[in-house]
Amino acid sequence: MLMKHLPLLVRTVVAWAVTLLIVFPLIWLVITAFKTEQQAIAIPPQLFFTPTMESFAEVNLRSDYLLYAKNSVIASFVSTILGLMIAAPAAYSMAFFRTKRTRDILMWMLSTKMMPAVGALVPVYVMAQTVGLLDTLTALTIVFMLSNLPIMVWMLYSGFKDIPPDILEAARMDGANVWLEFLHVIRPLAMGSLASTGLLCLVMSWNEAFWSLNLSSAKAGTLATLIASYSSPEGLFWAKLSAASLMAIAPIVVVGWFSQKQLVQGLTFGAVK
Amino acid sequence: MSFLQLKRVEKLFGNLRAIKGVDLTIEKGEFVVFVGPSGCGKSTLLRMIAGLTEIDGGSVELDGRDITKLASSKRDLAMVFQSYALYPHMSVADNMSFALRLANVDKAVINEKVGRAAEILNLSSYLHRTPKELSGGQRQRVAIGRAIVRAPKVFLFDEPLSNLDAALRGQTRVEIAKLHRDLGATTIYVTHDQVEAMTLADRVVVLRDGAIEQVGAPLALYDRPANRFVAQFIGTPQMNIFDIAALPSLAAIVGSRSADCAAVGVRPENVRVRQAGQGALSGQVELVESLGADTLIHAQLAGAGASIVARQSERTALRPGDAVGIDLVPNAFHLFDRAGQSLSLLH
Repeated sequence: MLMKHLPLLVRTVVAWAVTLLIVFPLIWLVITAFKTEQQAIAIPPQLFFTPTMESFAEVNLRSDYLLYAKNSVIASFVSTILGLMIAAPAAYSMAFFRTKRTRDILMWMLSTKMMPAVGALVPVYVMAQTVGLLDTLTALTIVFMLSNLPIMVWMLYSGFKDIPPDILEAARMDGANVWLEFLHVIRPLAMGSLASTGLLCLVMSWNEAFWSLNLSSAKAGTLATLIASYSSPEGLFWAKLSAASLMAIAPIVVVGWFSQKQLVQGLTFGAVK
Repeated sequence: MSFLQLKRVEKLFGNLRAIKGVDLTIEKGEFVVFVGPSGCGKSTLLRMIAGLTEIDGGSVELDGRDITKLASSKRDLAMVFQSYALYPHMSVADNMSFALRLANVDKAVINEKVGRAAEILNLSSYLHRTPKELSGGQRQRVAIGRAIVRAPKVFLFDEPLSNLDAALRGQTRVEIAKLHRDLGATTIYVTHDQVEAMTLADRVVVLRDGAIEQVGAPLALYDRPANRFVAQFIGTPQMNIFDIAALPSLAAIVGSRSADCAAVGVRPENVRVRQAGQGALSGQVELVESLGADTLIHAQLAGAGASIVARQSERTALRPGDAVGIDLVPNAFHLFDRAGQSLSLLH
């Protein structure tokens, strides 16, 4: 009896162990956010304590959480919408009007994601500075959008490719121009990939830290910069840092939680056929 | 003034001339079938008329208007695709009314037109289903319905029956013929199946390698093929064609009626199988195909290395290996010159 269930048992234990390992930092972050600074650095670490909202209050007092949150919302939503508006026509033409070079262009676009972002930091910084866009939401939105664009085109391309071209030709014969064709045929048929592409890019823009830290500060800073501001310069304040982090990630975790299905579908596009 | 006119129409795929300067006129209300072997350009030509494939040379005029560069959406043509190409996310009614909805036609008018088309096509009880809940034949009828409701200038059919099984294909073919008779709409129909071509068409256009080989009424093509290709493409089983050089005894049968004659063709129904020793030619039975109404006898001609097929309505007791005599019905020969062009039909 035991032998029969052993493989399942082993798998379950291993799965739980791995999950715990991955989730542990997050759990610890949540716990720490509700501690005082003394409890946060206590050795041995305290698992049982009286939760306090002290750190949250402190964070709210010291920095304008709502400003950072607003910046995050604007930068990630606008960059996602802009990105979809550019990526969808690009993916449409690549999926339905293929040329000899389509594959190369797709590979080239993806290759830009293989370069570390820091490689482009100096030119992007200088450009932003020259046109006076440092520490503005405009600069962040554009950079977020551009850095997500290759992935958006790829995801939409894979989604659109699954639509039989005959159906689009039928729509054309029925009197649809490109826009009507997109609106009435492609959009409903590729709703899954459009939604998951949008969601993924929303999450990626929200979590983006490198460009926010380098191109923005007090005015246009996103929640990522808010978190970072608690690691310096007066030293580390773990409880406040955790509280700030929790407040930064909570909205997107909630969004992610409710859209798990779409996200998974988007990430495994074309993987299961 | 013809209704649809193709003038020196060309299509290039890279260096390949897929359509080689085709000229064709189609009259209003005509049912024209493009037929030819795979890769002959028949679908390409249809797609060029539809505007789905760009035209690289020449022009297309429809009802007195040059539509060569016009977008498909503005040509006022309807197309039925081989794959049906129904909108999978729409109901049957929505599929059929899509074009009318795009054209902002009044809702009451749409409902009436869709209702009438559904009635004609026996789809009335399926209007709320989606395409995936329909059988292949029903899907094809929806595709046809989608074309009918628009009352377009020309109906284009791209091998619409090839995804159906044999029984359904025959049935749908009859329905399409009836529909054309009732609606009287100008129709261009692409197929590789010559039975469809022969039964549906007012005129058949035989294509090969991107060029028209012959245009004519179905029986005219059968009786008076312009060349060896058409002679062998139209008719099942194929016309028997022999090079005179390979079968000198034919020269005696044909006589001196044409000095330029390089090959002789004779339809299977004009070949008579006799007892061994009788007939102008002799041979040995290779295969007997008994189809019920018809019997096909394949025989190897003595000394020629060529096979001949005879079609007869009587059944036979012949078996493979039996020696037979063969006669050709006098005056039913097709004579071809060295280039394969028909010299004249001898009657």
